Amino acid sequence: MSTARSPDHHDAPTGMSVPGLFAGAAFIVLFAGGVLGLAPERQLSDLVADEGLKPYTAQEARGRELYVSMGCAYCHSQQPRDPGQGPDGKRGWGRASTPQDYLFDTPHQLGTMRTGPDLLNIGARQPSVAWHMLHLYQPRAVVPGSIMPSYPYLFEGKPDDKLLPHEQPLTLTGRYAPPAGTVVVPTDDARDLVAYLLSLDRTHPSADLEHLADGDHAEGAPPKKPSP
Amino acid sequence: MADTTSFLLLLTFLVAIAGLLVLIWALTRQQLHTSSKAARVIFPPGDNVVEDAAAVDVAGLAAAVGQSPPDAQRQAELEVLRATDQSSRTPVLLFASSAIAWLLLGSVLGLIVSLKFNWPDWLVGSPLLTFGRLRPMHLNAVAYGWLSMAGVAVALWLLPRLLRTPLRGAWLATVGGVLWNLGTGLGLLAVWLGDTDGLEWLEFPWYADILLVVAGGLVATPLFLTLRHKQVDHLYVSVWYIGAALIWFPILFLVGNLFAWFSGGVPQATANWWFAHNVLGLWFTPIALGSAYYIIPKVLGRPIHSYALSLLGFWALALFYSHVGVHHLIGGPVPTWLVTVSIVTSMMMLVPVVAVAINQHLTVLGALKALKYSPSLRFVVIGAMVYTLVSVQGSLTSLRTVNTVTHFTHYTIAHAHLGAYGFASFIFFGAFYFLLPRLVRFEWPYPKLISAHFWTVVVGFTIYFVFLSIGGVLQGLALQDGGVSFMKSVDVTLPHLLARSIGGTIMTIGHVIFAVHAFLLLRRRGPARQQAPWAATSP
Repeated sequence: MSTARSPDHHDAPTGMSVPGLFAGAAFIVLFAGGVLGLAPERQLSDLVADEGLKPYTAQEARGRELYVSMGCAYCHSQQPRDPGQGPDGKRGWGRASTPQDYLFDTPHQLGTMRTGPDLLNIGARQPSVAWHMLHLYQPRAVVPGSIMPSYPYLFEGKPDDKLLPHEQPLTLTGRYAPPAGTVVVPTDDARDLVAYLLSLDRTHPSADLEHLADGDHAEGAPPKKPSP
Repeated sequence: MADTTSFLLLLTFLVAIAGLLVLIWALTRQQLHTSSKAARVIFPPGDNVVEDAAAVDVAGLAAAVGQSPPDAQRQAELEVLRATDQSSRTPVLLFASSAIAWLLLGSVLGLIVSLKFNWPDWLVGSPLLTFGRLRPMHLNAVAYGWLSMAGVAVALWLLPRLLRTPLRGAWLATVGGVLWNLGTGLGLLAVWLGDTDGLEWLEFPWYADILLVVAGGLVATPLFLTLRHKQVDHLYVSVWYIGAALIWFPILFLVGNLFAWFSGGVPQATANWWFAHNVLGLWFTPIALGSAYYIIPKVLGRPIHSYALSLLGFWALALFYSHVGVHHLIGGPVPTWLVTVSIVTSMMMLVPVVAVAINQHLTVLGALKALKYSPSLRFVVIGAMVYTLVSVQGSLTSLRTVNTVTHFTHYTIAHAHLGAYGFASFIFFGAFYFLLPRLVRFEWPYPKLISAHFWTVVVGFTIYFVFLSIGGVLQGLALQDGGVSFMKSVDVTLPHLLARSIGGTIMTIGHVIFAVHAFLLLRRRGPARQQAPWAATSP
């Protein structure tokens, strides 16, 4: 059944030893990691923020954490495409995004699904706090046919005589109205999340698209000049 | 800047081509000596014999392939197999039963999440029930719970067999199994409670990740220890695939998580998708392919069609697959050279995929009748065929003209499930039907439950895949049409999402049947079916 073999017998059929196989496999995957991870990291490390891009405020950052922990990115992307790729601009989703747009985004929330619309410029497209509050509480109250989950736990119901001066109750009518004598108000979480959503505005011009363009062919946008 | 990009592109391409040329040179040098001997390493000396634990009619299986049924002369061979099977019995059973449990949890989570598309106001009273938390729990439960642990179970069983020597340090793998369960459970709990790293496939926070890294090391160690004691002259191709997978996964997991913890913005996104796609191609795929390369010839009693081709397939997979990840970001804010690399290597994947297809499908050709008699073979062959389909689909989907339509749609989800389920899960189902009875020395007690499992998952998944793919394409076409409202792209998917839930329900029923049957088998309950030579008459 078995045969005696010398310790350095090369048995792997390509003429390499077992350690050679595994060193080769390790090298390949690390090389790829370098190409797909480290090289872009270095290539994009000299990025400077565009004028118009500000770091998130403390409230917006809290809101962003909620966006991440609630998994909003599983339905919403944050990467509008170039007109050559799709009519994202026509839908009011904004210009093609650039790496500068994400300088303060950790973790990135680029997303891979558009069960819902792209949100990178939702703050510019929909600046109404009241709209966002209503939409988060019950999406179908503002967008009939929406399949977005509702987030009632970001709000609280209270008797209307307990309403505090600074609190803005949601204007709910018909089947979504709360029981008589009560109102629905946002919690701090809702306020933080909406602050983040309103901060999503990358409509300012982006300095250059050099990092994306291969000479005349740009992945994301027209070459060598910023989008309006 | 154009200089840097061209340089990087050229460098990547040259390394890949150089690797391929080295491989071809090495193969032509060795080919005359090894091709058919190496392929026969999995058969007892001078004897090809059919075998399958799940087959109801072994004689029928043998007749379908034109071989003779197993007989007592194989006793010496059976002793070798029994020794290697028993040597890894404890960790294999631990990983296998854990995997099946995670499959059940993952299926239920998937079903809940799917139904929420059609019932968005269902289960919304708490963050613990919201789509955005349950969906990543589904993904991680099936990826790190079911698929990974099933793959490790098969690896721990298969490697000692292929090296014809007992597993050394099996207890390390058992401890690894406990830690793997802890890490997965802790990670799922964390995501459930909102502590997520926020990156797809990398959601688990560091304290769960650490457990998985340690567990992975504990599992890989016995396998490499055992390699040093091998009793074979030739390493069968499955050893390459599985060994490489065990090197790739810890590296991927560690590096991927480092980017999750310390990086941000676009570079983090490219690394994110390097990681996520490589979990599919350099972890699940090689273990599944390695299993198919063993089970198909073993059940049929015929060696794999072309051994040299299998090695070409292995190295080409390694060289090309590792760069495809960025095809998830086509059209995005990503350097063009990188996207081009990912598309080119995605297309080059046709090379190893065709190599595997020729190999595995030609081995089965002419013996298709055997599928009727062997459930293991049925599952594995379908899985192998789906591998060809899903890979070709993936290559075509990476082309920019196709991608502009399918990107961001349910089509991608359907494709992901074709690979993770139609390919990898089916192969692991087949492998479990083959190996589990050998570990408990008791045949599957109720063959009708095997049939029920088979048909529910085939029918259920076909419904899932066909309807969701169509829905995704319709969604994509609507998204591409600037004259049509966004809501149209949502409306058009609703009936397809409902069909997906129906398909998923049927699949889940199949999983429950499988789990119940596996439980009965492992407890040796139910009728003791025909005596296979390896089934114990005494413990």
